[in-house]
Amino acid sequence: MVAAVRIEALQKRYGQVEAVKDVSLTIESGEVFGLLGPNGAGKTTTLRCLCTLATPDAGLIEVSGVSVVKHPKVARQCLGYVAQEVALDKVLTGRELLELQAALYHIPAKQMGDRIQNLITMLDMSDWIDQRSGTYSGGMRRRLDLATGLLHQPDVLVLDEPTVGLDIESRVVVWDFIRKLRTQGTTVLITSHYLEEIDALADRVAIIDKGMVIASGSPSELKDKVGGDRITLRLREFTPHDEAQAAQSLLQSLDCVQDVIINEVQGNSLNLVVKSQSDALMRVQTALKQAGLPTFGIAQSRPSLDDVYLAATGTTLTDAEMAAASARDSKQYRKENMR
Amino acid sequence: MSQTITPPPAQSSGSVTSSGLSGGDRALDLSTPGLLSGEFVQETAALTKRLFIQLQRRPTTLVAGVIQPLMWLILFGALFQNVPEGLFGTSQNYGQFLGAGVIVFTAFGGALNAGLPVMFDREFGFLNRLLVAPLASRFSIVLASSIFIAALSMVQTAVIVAASAALGAGLPGVVGLILVAAIVLTLVLGVTGVSLGLAFALPGHVELIAVIFVTNLPLLFASTALAPLAFMPTWLQWVASLNPLSYAIEPIRFVYTHALWSLGDVVLTAPFADVTLGMALLVLVGFDAIALLGVRALLQRTLA
Repeated sequence: MVAAVRIEALQKRYGQVEAVKDVSLTIESGEVFGLLGPNGAGKTTTLRCLCTLATPDAGLIEVSGVSVVKHPKVARQCLGYVAQEVALDKVLTGRELLELQAALYHIPAKQMGDRIQNLITMLDMSDWIDQRSGTYSGGMRRRLDLATGLLHQPDVLVLDEPTVGLDIESRVVVWDFIRKLRTQGTTVLITSHYLEEIDALADRVAIIDKGMVIASGSPSELKDKVGGDRITLRLREFTPHDEAQAAQSLLQSLDCVQDVIINEVQGNSLNLVVKSQSDALMRVQTALKQAGLPTFGIAQSRPSLDDVYLAATGTTLTDAEMAAASARDSKQYRKENMR
Repeated sequence: MSQTITPPPAQSSGSVTSSGLSGGDRALDLSTPGLLSGEFVQETAALTKRLFIQLQRRPTTLVAGVIQPLMWLILFGALFQNVPEGLFGTSQNYGQFLGAGVIVFTAFGGALNAGLPVMFDREFGFLNRLLVAPLASRFSIVLASSIFIAALSMVQTAVIVAASAALGAGLPGVVGLILVAAIVLTLVLGVTGVSLGLAFALPGHVELIAVIFVTNLPLLFASTALAPLAFMPTWLQWVASLNPLSYAIEPIRFVYTHALWSLGDVVLTAPFADVTLGMALLVLVGFDAIALLGVRALLQRTLA
């Protein structure tokens, strides 16, 4: 069984910046594979190397067992790449753009019309596909771009941050569409810095940070590895700080509780790390009742991918995101993306 | 030699639905279609069509590109309206003399701008769309631009020829007109190549526009477009005789003023030699060859 995509020890630097230091991953046919990491982690550079827009400095990239460096045209035929920043020719209509795209992938004229019509129906674009693309909203543009990526029926659909900057409604449309693709057996490689997106869509995920893969596996495996469950507890809707502290020291003494943090941003709610598969939830409630402390709300959950990221890097994804955003050199970024 | 690899069928059996998505068991063709393949024709036609759709919906470039040479003919032509006859060589009047210059200068200016749309495609990321596609040859991107610019310059040339005739410059014969078209196309090909090369070599459109700006007018003034060589000091005669534009202007001017012409007629008396019409054409073809070879390296850096 040849993997749909195999990347091994990929390295790519732009001048002084080591965008990708060491990325290895294997994507099996038919799965949705998520690449998760903060901005600047090397996700887009990895995709650019995969899609032959950038030449790797070292390492191996294969699509269906064929090296993309040696046979770039094969890679281009096998991959449908939907870039992060959608470039449309705003003078053309959506349909004209699809027709251009079809010709660039050498789809025979006879099949072209049907395929385009299928995608228009599937992505519900018929109302506006004959308007100039300059008039499209973000969600419309993204749907059109998904269509351009799928037009030549690629083995692997590559989506770089498919929902960044989209409103909730459009995001749901894109998510549903990706789920639909999975049931049809299309292999999808998706990057995102939204945890919930990868959690909701990906069969397997690689977490990437500073150009390296720091964890990989199914979201469930990764969460198990971090271990423990999470309990979010609100004593009152807005808990006074001293009451929260009292509860903190009380709960800390329970042997099923590993850690308690007061979340000041969320009205002094308490975040607990507890042993999984234990009766921790009940014991916490009992302990609170015995101490005469109120319970406004309590919920148990498995660790999130953010906890996985936190455990691997020592910083939350949100913080890493902010740090990356302030360090970003926009001129350098533009240069990397221009060919 | 074409080699074909067939990967084993996909595990998930890649259920192909009515939408026809997914295809894990497609054969991978590692062969490369050539420049004369149907694929190359298809992609070139599609890229050219895009440029014509743009032109149709935004005709401003073409309208301006037609009005500008007319202004040259009318305003600049009137500037020397009253010069004594015979001063501009065999031309009956300055309008006739100027016509050839305006034809060449207009085509040159249009071709020099050919790289701009490509540069904007680079900057907006539209080019990436083309670069991730399995094009038979990325030369189709260059060819599409060349076809578009050539068609545009033919329209401009036709308008200038008609307008000059209306202003009293007369008309060359049919063969003469064909020669005019051939000369314009040859010049346009080389200059378009240079411009596209620059579009891939320079960092952005600001730089490209700057280069176009500093090239355009000096090359016009240092050619025989506006005045004959005899008017110029020796050093400028040398410059004008090394300027490819002069080799396009003089043959066109010659067929305008000589109903009977042959390739052996001298059209340009350069400081270093007498240049015949045939030699001038060879110089233009040579210019194309040098220009295209020169930009090949630039194009290949991005388009290889």
